[in-house]
Amino acid sequence: MNEILASTVSRAEVEDLFYHEADLLDSWRLDEWLELLTDDAAYYVPPNDKPDADARYTLFTIADDIVRLRERVIRLKDPNCHAEFPLSRTRRLIGNVRITGVDGDIISAAANFIIHRYRHNDLPRVFVGHYRYKLRRQGGRLKIAERRAILDAEELGLLGSVSFIL
Amino acid sequence: MNYQPSGHDFIVENPQAQTFFVNREVFVSDDVFEREKRAIFDRCWIYVGHGSEIKNPGDFKTRPIAGRPIIFCRDREGAVHALINCCRHRGALVCREREGNARQFYCMYHGWTYHPDGRLKSVPGDDAYGASFDKSEMGLVAVPRLEAYRDFYFANFDRDAIDLDTYLGKAKDYIDIVIDQSPSGKMQIISGTQEYDIRANWKLLVENSVDDYHLISTHSTWLNYMRNSGVNVTPPKGDLLPTRGFGRDLGNGHLTTDNPNYRGRPVAKWISVYGEDAKADIEALRNELVARLGPARAARVADTNRNLAIFPNLVINDGSSVTVRHFYPVAPDRMHVTAWALGPVEETEAQRARRLHAFLTFYGPGGFATPDDVAALEAAQLGFAAWREVPWSDLSRGMAKAGAQQLATDEGHLRVFWRKWNELMETRA
Repeated sequence: MNEILASTVSRAEVEDLFYHEADLLDSWRLDEWLELLTDDAAYYVPPNDKPDADARYTLFTIADDIVRLRERVIRLKDPNCHAEFPLSRTRRLIGNVRITGVDGDIISAAANFIIHRYRHNDLPRVFVGHYRYKLRRQGGRLKIAERRAILDAEELGLLGSVSFIL
Repeated sequence: MNYQPSGHDFIVENPQAQTFFVNREVFVSDDVFEREKRAIFDRCWIYVGHGSEIKNPGDFKTRPIAGRPIIFCRDREGAVHALINCCRHRGALVCREREGNARQFYCMYHGWTYHPDGRLKSVPGDDAYGASFDKSEMGLVAVPRLEAYRDFYFANFDRDAIDLDTYLGKAKDYIDIVIDQSPSGKMQIISGTQEYDIRANWKLLVENSVDDYHLISTHSTWLNYMRNSGVNVTPPKGDLLPTRGFGRDLGNGHLTTDNPNYRGRPVAKWISVYGEDAKADIEALRNELVARLGPARAARVADTNRNLAIFPNLVINDGSSVTVRHFYPVAPDRMHVTAWALGPVEETEAQRARRLHAFLTFYGPGGFATPDDVAALEAAQLGFAAWREVPWSDLSRGMAKAGAQQLATDEGHLRVFWRKWNELMETRA
C-alpha cells in the first residue's frame, strides 16, 4: 500500500491542496475554490450528535451535491445572503494532514482544522474539528471529490449558523 | 390621532386606528424573562419529544424542558415517562448522556440507582437511614403532567392545567394533516439533531416562523435557488408571494399559515431539484394519498404548506420538508433551538434521502434560509438596545380585515400569539 501511495500522491501534494483551498475560502475566492472540485463533488457537515452518520438516513447540517454546492456559492456571493453580509472574516489553520487510504482512483485524506471566525456585530467564534476528504486525479490535477467537515462541538450552540463554508 | 401609542403597556391594540403594537421591553427585560418562566413555561403544555425517539424499552433522551433537566424515556413495559434528572439524595444528574438505552439510571455521586420508570432501585448502605425512609417514595420525580397527541409528548408543570387535548384544540387538525403523509399514520423523528443558539429573544422566533411577510426580502437567495432550479417563484401581480396563503387563528394562542404550495414537497410535488428519476416515485406517493384519503384530502396534504406554531414554543413547519423545532430562552437575548426532521415511518431509502435533501434546501443552520432568519432576529435584538427611544414593534398588518381574510403576509396570526402571551402575563402579574 505504501508503494501505491507513494506512486499516486505525496503528503506534500495533499497539503499543498489543502492549504491552497484554505486560502481561497478565507479570501472568499469561491469561484476559484469550485474549480478545485470534481464535477460530482459533495460537501458534508454532519450533525453534531451523529458525526459518523450517512446523509441518506440522517439529518445533516449540510449535505450538498455539486448542484447545490454551486448554488451555495451563488448565494454566498449575493449581498442578500444576510448571514454573510457583511462577509465574516475567517482564518483557518489546517494540521495533522494524513493520507489515510487509496481505493481505485480515490485517495482518502484527513486533516484537523481550527477556524476562527469574526463578524461585525457578532461574537468571535471558533470552529474546531477534522476533515475527511476523498480526492481524485483529474487531468493531472488532484481534485476534491468529497469533503466532510466534522465539528467537535457537542452541539452548534453559540457557534450559531454554519453560513460560511467550513 | 398619533400612529404610535405612548405608555407602558406591553401590548397596545387599537381597533379604531387599526393598529397593534408590542413594547420592545418584552424582548430585553430580565423581569419579563423571569415572569415568563412562571406565567408561560410553568403553565402551558411544553413539547418534550416524540415517541419515535424512544422506540424501544429502556431508550432514553436527556434534554432541558422548560429549564429543567429531563429524562424522556420508555420503561421496560413500554410506558413513556418524563423524569426530572435530579437525584433525590443530593441532586446530581442521574443520567449524563445525551441518549441511549438504560437498564437503570445510576447517580455517580453516591451510587443511588433508579429503574427506567423512575422508581428507586437501590441505595448503598440504606441501613443508615431511619425507619421513615421509604424507598417507594424516593423515586425520581416525574413532570407533574405528561400527555401525548399522536406521539407528540408534552409536559405541564401546572398540575391543574387543562388536558392536552383541550389545550391543542384546533391545532390538532393541522397536526393531523402533517401525519396524513404516512400511510400507517405513523411519523418518526429522523436521526440527526440540529441544535443552535440564536442571540435573540425567543418570541422573535415564534413570529419569524409564521411570518410570510419577510420571505421576499430575507430569503431572496433561497428564491433565486428555487428559480435557478426551474420553480416558478414569480408572484402574481399585486401579491407579495408566489401563492396567496392565509394566517389562521387556531385558538389558545396556537396559529398557523395555510398556503397553497409552489415549491417542491417530498409529499407529493415534484420539482427538478429532486431529479428526473424521482418523478415516478412521487407520482406513486400521490396516487397512494388519493386512494387512501380521497382527492380532496390528498390535495390538502400534498398541495398546501403550513407553519404551525403551538403556543408557546413548538413549531412544526410542513413545507419543503417537515421540521419539528422547539426553543427555550436561556436569557432575554438568547434562545436555544433544537430541530429535527419528521417523516413517515414507511418511507423507502430513496424517499427518505429526498426528504432530507429537501429539508436542507431551506431549513437549518446550514440551510439556504434559516441562517438569514437568524441574522434577521439578531439584527432586531441589537436594535432593541434602543427600546426606550424606539419602543414599539408594529404588528398592524391586516388589522382592517376580518379574521378569515388575514393573509400569511399579514400579521393577524402573529397577533394571536401576542394576545395569548399578554393574557397569561397579566394573569400572573
